[in-house]
Amino acid sequence: MATKSGRTISAEKKTSWKQSLLKWETLLILLFIAVNIMNSIVSPNYLSVSGLFTATSSFLEKAFIALPMAYILVLGEIDISVGSIVALSAVLMSLAYNAGVPMVLSILICLAVGTACGLLNGFILTRFTELAPMIVTLGTQILFRGIAEILLGDQASGGLTNVQWFSNLYWGSLGPVPYMFIVFAICALVFGLVLHKTTFGRRLYAIGSNRLSAVYAGIHVQKLRLIVYTITGTFSAVTAIFLAARMGSTRSNIAEGYELEAISMVVLGGISTAGGKGNFPGTVIAIFIIGFLRYGLGLINVPSQVMLVVIGTLLVVAVMIPNLNVGKLFKKKA
Amino acid sequence: MEKKLSLKKLTSSREMSLLLVVVVLCIFIQFRNSSFLTANTINDMLKNYSVTMILALGMMCVLLIGGIDISIGSTIALSGMGSALMMRDAIITNSLVGFAVSILIGLGCGLVIGLVISKGKVLPIIATLGFMNIYRGLTYLIANSQWVAAYQVPESFKAFSQSNYLTFGLMNNMITVMLICYIIFFIMMKWTRTGRKIYAVGSNPEAAEISGIKINNIKLLVYSMMGAICGLAGALWVSIYASAQGDMASGKEMDVIAACVIGGVSLNGGRGSVIGVFLGSLTIAIIGKALPLIGVSQFWQNAIKGVIILIAVILNVVTQRIMDKNNLKGREM
Repeated sequence: MATKSGRTISAEKKTSWKQSLLKWETLLILLFIAVNIMNSIVSPNYLSVSGLFTATSSFLEKAFIALPMAYILVLGEIDISVGSIVALSAVLMSLAYNAGVPMVLSILICLAVGTACGLLNGFILTRFTELAPMIVTLGTQILFRGIAEILLGDQASGGLTNVQWFSNLYWGSLGPVPYMFIVFAICALVFGLVLHKTTFGRRLYAIGSNRLSAVYAGIHVQKLRLIVYTITGTFSAVTAIFLAARMGSTRSNIAEGYELEAISMVVLGGISTAGGKGNFPGTVIAIFIIGFLRYGLGLINVPSQVMLVVIGTLLVVAVMIPNLNVGKLFKKKA
Repeated sequence: MEKKLSLKKLTSSREMSLLLVVVVLCIFIQFRNSSFLTANTINDMLKNYSVTMILALGMMCVLLIGGIDISIGSTIALSGMGSALMMRDAIITNSLVGFAVSILIGLGCGLVIGLVISKGKVLPIIATLGFMNIYRGLTYLIANSQWVAAYQVPESFKAFSQSNYLTFGLMNNMITVMLICYIIFFIMMKWTRTGRKIYAVGSNPEAAEISGIKINNIKLLVYSMMGAICGLAGALWVSIYASAQGDMASGKEMDVIAACVIGGVSLNGGRGSVIGVFLGSLTIAIIGKALPLIGVSQFWQNAIKGVIILIAVILNVVTQRIMDKNNLKGREM
C-alpha cells in the first residue's frame, strides 16, 4: 500500500508493529553484544572498565546531538543543520575567548549561539508551516556554515588548551568515568524520561503520528516544534563545547556530516523518520552500537572507508529487516 | 478583462517570477562588472555548472514522487571513479565506452537504491543516507584511496569537456549534453505517459495506485534514472576536472536539492517543472559565478547562498498564500 499520508489506525496493525518493535529491541541488544564480543576478541585490553570508557570518549560528543534529534524524528521531521550549528557556536566561542572573554562566559556564548540558531530554525518552520524541515534546515545549514566561514575564513582559532579545566571537560575523568560520560548519562536519562513519562513527550508522539488530530486535540503543535528545534540548537552547542575541548582549536569546517551520523544513530535505534514511532532506550543502545563498532573497527586498523560501508550497510539492512517481516505477517493474514 | 486575467496569471506563475529574479540578478551583476554578460563568461559558467544542472533534472523526478536522494554525490564519485580507473588501467580506451560504463555503474547504484526503497519499504532519506556512506566507502576502496591523476585520464576523454565538436563549434560539449538532457526531460515530463505517472504518484499516491499505476515500478524507475544521471555526471566530472578523487562531488546533493527548491519543486511531491528547475539551477550557477566577479570574498559565498535559499522558499510560501487568498476572494464574489 502507498502510505504517504494515510496512517491506518487499526488494532491489528498496532499489535504487529508492537511485535516488530519487540524484535527490534532484542535485535539491537544482540547487535550490541555481538559488537562487544567482536571488539574483545580483536583487542584483549578492550574488556576492561577503563578500556570501555576510553571507547565511549571516541564518539560520545556526537551523541549529544542524537538526543534531541530523536525528538525531531519522533515529530516526523528532520534537522540537517546541526553540524553547522556545532561549527558556528564553536567558532564564536573560541573567537570570544581569544578576544579576552573569560572561558565561562565564552561557553555561555557558545550555548547562546547554538540556542539562537535552533530558535531561527524553529521560528522559520513554525512561522511558515508549509515549508518542509529538510529544506529550511538545508538553507540554514549552508547559512550557519557560511557565517562561520566569514568569521574565520580558512584559519584556525586555537589557544583553548590554555585553560586546563576546559580541556578536562573532554579529557578529564572522575575515577575511570569521563566527565563527558557522566554529563551524557544525565542528559540521556532526562531526555528519555521527558519523552516517555511526561505529557510533553506524549504530545510529541501525538504530533508525530497525526499532526492534524493533534491540533484538534488542543496541542500547541507549533509551540512544541519551536521548543524542540531550540533544544536541538542548544545541544548542538553542547557538542561544540566538547569537540572544542577535545581539539583545543576550532575551524569553520569542523563537525561536517555530524547531522547524518546523529540521524543514523537515531534511526538505527528504531525511531522512524515518518514520525510517531520508536522509543528512547533504542536510540541510546544504537548510539553505543555505532560508536563501539567504529572504535572496534579502528582497533583492527580497518580503514575508515570500510567503516563507511559497514555502517551504511548496517543502517540500511537494520531498517529493512523489520519492514520485510511486517510485510510477511500481512501476507499470512490476508 | 480576459486579457488582464491571463496577464495576471502569467506574472503570478512560479516560472515567470523566477525568470524575473534571474533577469534582475543579471542586470545587477552586469552593472557591477561589465564582463559578466559576455559569451565567454556565460560559456564558462554553463560549462562549470552543467553537471549541477543535469543532476537537478533527476533530483526533480525524485522530489516529484515525494522522495529524496542524498546519495547522489557518492554515486557520482563511484561511477566516475569506476570508469576513470578502467581508463587508467587501459581496460577502456574509447572515451564513449568510458561514458557508457560510468552511466551503467550509476544505473546499477540507482537500481539498488530503488529496490531498497520500493521493495524494502525503507524511507528514502534513510536509504539514501545509508547508500551515501556505502558508495562513498566503495569509491575509496576500489581506488585503493588513490587519485586518478590528470596524466592517467585519456586525452580524448579530457578533451570532451574542453571542445565543442558536438554542435560543430557552436558551444561547449558539456552545455550541449546539458541542453539535450533538458529537452529529453521536458518532452518526457510533459507528453509521455511515464512523465505524467511520476506527477500522479507525487501528488496523490493513494489515488495513483487506485487508478492502476504501479507505484513501486515508478519509484524504481525514478531512482534508477537518478542513478544513471549521476553516472553521466560522474563521467562529465572526470572529464572537466581531468582527474578522479575519492572525495569528489561530496556535498553536491545539497546544491542540487537547493537548485530544485529554488526552481519551485516542492519537497512534498507532485509540484515542479522542468523549466522551473532550469531557472533554479541557473540561479545557483549565476550566484556561484557572479559573486567572485563582483568582488565578494569566497568566504561569503556560502552564507549568501544560504540566505538566498531561505528567501526563495519563504517567498514561495508567501506568494502561494497570497494566491490562495485571492482565489478565495474570487470564489466569494
